[in-house]
Amino acid sequence: MAEYNSKAIEEFSDIWVFCEQRDGKLMNTDFELISEGRKLADQRGSKLVGLLLGDQVADLAKELGGYGADKVIVCEDPALKIYTNEAYTDVVCKVVMERKPEVLLLGASNIGRDLGPRCAARLHTGLTADCTHLDIDMNTYVDFLDKNSNVDVANTEFKMEDVNMKMTRPAFGGHLMATIICPRFRPCMATVRPGVMKKAPFDQAKADACEVEVLQMGLNADALHEKVLEVAKEAKEIVDLIGADVIVSIGNGAAKDIARAKELAQQLADALGGGVVGSSRALVDAGLMSADRQVGQTGKTVHPKVYVALGISGAIQHKAGMQNSELIIAVNKNENEPIFEVADYGLVGDLFQIVPEMIEAIKAQK
Amino acid sequence: MILDQKHLRFQKLCRQFAETEFTKELLDRLDETGEFDWDIFNKMSRYGFCGVKIPKEYGGAGGDYLSYALLVEEFARVSPVMSIYANTSNSLGGGPLMLAGSEEQKQFYLPPVAKGEKIMVFALTEPGAGSDAGGTTTRAEEQPDGSFILNGRKTFISGAPVADYCIVFAKTDPKQKGSRGISMFILDMHLPGVSCGKPEHKMGIKGYPTCDLIMEDVHVAKDALVGQKDKGFGYAMKTLDGGRLGMAAQGVGIAQGCLEEAIKYAKERKQFGRPIANFQAISFMLADMATETEAARQLVYHAAQLKDAGKEAGQACSMAKYFAAEAANHVAYKAVQIHGGYGYINEYKVERFYRDARIVPIYEGTSQVQQMVISGMLLK
Amino acid sequence: MKIYVCVKQVPDTSGVVAVNPDGTMNRSKMPTIINPDDLNAMEAALTLKEREGATVVAISMGPPQAGEMMRELLAMGADEAVLISGREFGGSDTFATSQIIAGGIHHLGIEEGDLILCGRQAIDGDTAQVGPQIAEKLHLPQVTYATEIVKDGNTYTVKRALEDGYMKIQVKSPCLITCIKELNEPRYMTVQGVFEADEKPLLILDYEALKDEPLIEADTIGLKGSPTNIFKSFNPPVKGQGEMLQGSVKEMAAALADRLAAKHVI
Repeated sequence: MAEYNSKAIEEFSDIWVFCEQRDGKLMNTDFELISEGRKLADQRGSKLVGLLLGDQVADLAKELGGYGADKVIVCEDPALKIYTNEAYTDVVCKVVMERKPEVLLLGASNIGRDLGPRCAARLHTGLTADCTHLDIDMNTYVDFLDKNSNVDVANTEFKMEDVNMKMTRPAFGGHLMATIICPRFRPCMATVRPGVMKKAPFDQAKADACEVEVLQMGLNADALHEKVLEVAKEAKEIVDLIGADVIVSIGNGAAKDIARAKELAQQLADALGGGVVGSSRALVDAGLMSADRQVGQTGKTVHPKVYVALGISGAIQHKAGMQNSELIIAVNKNENEPIFEVADYGLVGDLFQIVPEMIEAIKAQK
Repeated sequence: MILDQKHLRFQKLCRQFAETEFTKELLDRLDETGEFDWDIFNKMSRYGFCGVKIPKEYGGAGGDYLSYALLVEEFARVSPVMSIYANTSNSLGGGPLMLAGSEEQKQFYLPPVAKGEKIMVFALTEPGAGSDAGGTTTRAEEQPDGSFILNGRKTFISGAPVADYCIVFAKTDPKQKGSRGISMFILDMHLPGVSCGKPEHKMGIKGYPTCDLIMEDVHVAKDALVGQKDKGFGYAMKTLDGGRLGMAAQGVGIAQGCLEEAIKYAKERKQFGRPIANFQAISFMLADMATETEAARQLVYHAAQLKDAGKEAGQACSMAKYFAAEAANHVAYKAVQIHGGYGYINEYKVERFYRDARIVPIYEGTSQVQQMVISGMLLK
Repeated sequence: MKIYVCVKQVPDTSGVVAVNPDGTMNRSKMPTIINPDDLNAMEAALTLKEREGATVVAISMGPPQAGEMMRELLAMGADEAVLISGREFGGSDTFATSQIIAGGIHHLGIEEGDLILCGRQAIDGDTAQVGPQIAEKLHLPQVTYATEIVKDGNTYTVKRALEDGYMKIQVKSPCLITCIKELNEPRYMTVQGVFEADEKPLLILDYEALKDEPLIEADTIGLKGSPTNIFKSFNPPVKGQGEMLQGSVKEMAAALADRLAAKHVI
């Protein structure tokens, strides 16, 4: 076996997905990434391999096959039961150096964003963070640009034979989009935003056909410098803003009766098919809403099917986090607020009066 | 003038602090209750704002007059009353001691004032002696042991209800006429015989209480006398000279705050189908406001630079105070006008600015006193 | 104990964003700020300094104009500031940037008991990569997303935020910790600090000063040493202004429901 050299790009093949498990359970992002990885592997004509680390987690592997993995490599060791940067980096890099995948995808979770950069540095390769779109085939990329950018595709020249993975991500708080490539090194690494890629339907036959290879790592737990003292789930409900189809956010206009506003926002979200309540920065700063609900530059970037802004003025910070939503509805007392510039539908008035009527009207329409 | 890096950095600090800490909630509360807010004062003190202009050897930051002017301007741009919180120790409070205090007095009084642990205020005005400070009737009778007994009433004393010390002017030699025979004392506000009147209900600058200071047979030690006996009036005038610069900077801050609010509103507010900023009647008003504000600012910075260079600055300070105080009122008036009916209700910031602006041509020498000073120098 | 705080000067994307004709950001036309998460790292360093005593060294890579930002960090309370600046370093991606900063820290020296603090990520790129990559290149343990840092001798216990909770991790120093805004409330500069900042040491490290560092090689720094390249940057299509619904509250609500139904949203 040739020594690992990230510049010897012809030695690398296959698309890999690092699959994250917590508490011996796969994450939703794993299925999204495997589904996306399947598309890329088909574009490239290569195999799709899942990489799963943990302690006695081999049983989870077949399920990944159901979403498109041809094979899953399971690295097992008691020291891998709970994520530590040190042990996971060691194992991922060891396997990558031996097997040389062309592409390695990770979920952009707090763990993926801890592990990815460290591995990329050790593997001497590039990593693109928080991608929202991936292509290998140039035709699909050009098609994507045509539909989702201001680029004049017809009058732009593209090298159609390019097989670098084209990794597209928002930059400058969503003001710009950038497509990044890693042309001289392999594996080409990317973390992918949770909730962005579509999960394929589960296929039992594919799951049954999935090859599983289990490697026992034999780590020396005593040699690790990092010790996990405690892992706690916080009692707070998990606010899945990023994965939500419907988000109803409230802003300063809700401050005078925050309890009622929250209640109305949740009822409206439910009427629209179920969703979560988000917040502008103002309410978070004022301590009226928790930080995990904040949409915007310093909060979360979301693109739900429906985004409703209640009593939000629409400062650029907020717009940066929500303006790519498929459909935007804004309710505000002041018709001059910038939120109306990005809204598909604008309603001028007091949210406490309008929202109950909206809920009624939507229910009646159903 | 062009600010150097250090002053730009200081301006940035003042602006950041003001924009972040002077929240709508705080400013509304101050306006409604009129009560002194210790939390914000203590926070200001922690960052060293009370000691900007007090020398390092007395616990301050050793900043210059230009820094002091920037502090007052930036605070006033967000909240005129907050600029008073940070102003007093650097101006009328600490100023007289820096000017005439003995080394022992400076060592004793200034460090806690610079750190905001003690509040020191200034009492010159009396019910019958406003612009005519020479009409002072408060009496300080020297005792055989060199101590003094103070009797009298001072009025409109800003900060008196929360003060630990007060600089007081009193007649020590009733035989001398007018402004002569007046001495400057540092009065411990906790001494027997010292009391405060009821806080006044003011038009603006609410949240920094103002009241009468009453002295009834207050016995102060010999070392309460600051500077030379009978020379107090000169100290008062010199102190007010520096104070004028601060209040001029307050005028600039108010004008700037009003201008920014007016621009924002003029762009947002639509009438006849377009933003009102598109109407020349409004846009020319904005042009006038901006020009007057900038002219006032340059007068203030120039006066500060003169003082920092150790040059005679009395006339420059008076001109700056006169012009900036009037400018603040012109600009505030126009800002309210641009807001229309909304400018008359307290939901919009300009309503408070308008009320706060009104005091600037009155305190620390009315506009008419400044005219007297300026013309006096011209006709000398 | 020495605490390095890694800081980046970033364009303030919260205000007006200036864009070049080719779709890239015109940084020269935008006001710059200290990256927000880095201020949390700075605050953590200053808190540790107050409690335990330490020398706080702010370190950044950037153009010479970033010097004023370094002065601001000195005005907040840093003891020393180091700006790595040079043409050779320009165009670096996260890999090359971390290589250079790690080279700079190695040059200045890091030993047992020392700590490197970074912000989680910078608002211009949002990558969160430079911190971990510095740690890797200096062979130090890392903890990211810190919401609490407790020091006990040479051991740090760090509460690390997860999406659905947290984990507590114990590491020995020297180590690298990245900080998030939940960790603390950054202080301002102080008045005294502002006036004294010019007297504190600001060291400029250029390529000449660092070229003998093992990490600094022509093919690991700058544009040439960057594994990733921008292939294309573009604006998302601009969304046109939508429809303002008219009428009474009831009428507006009904009109909205009609439109949502027509679009099969409900």
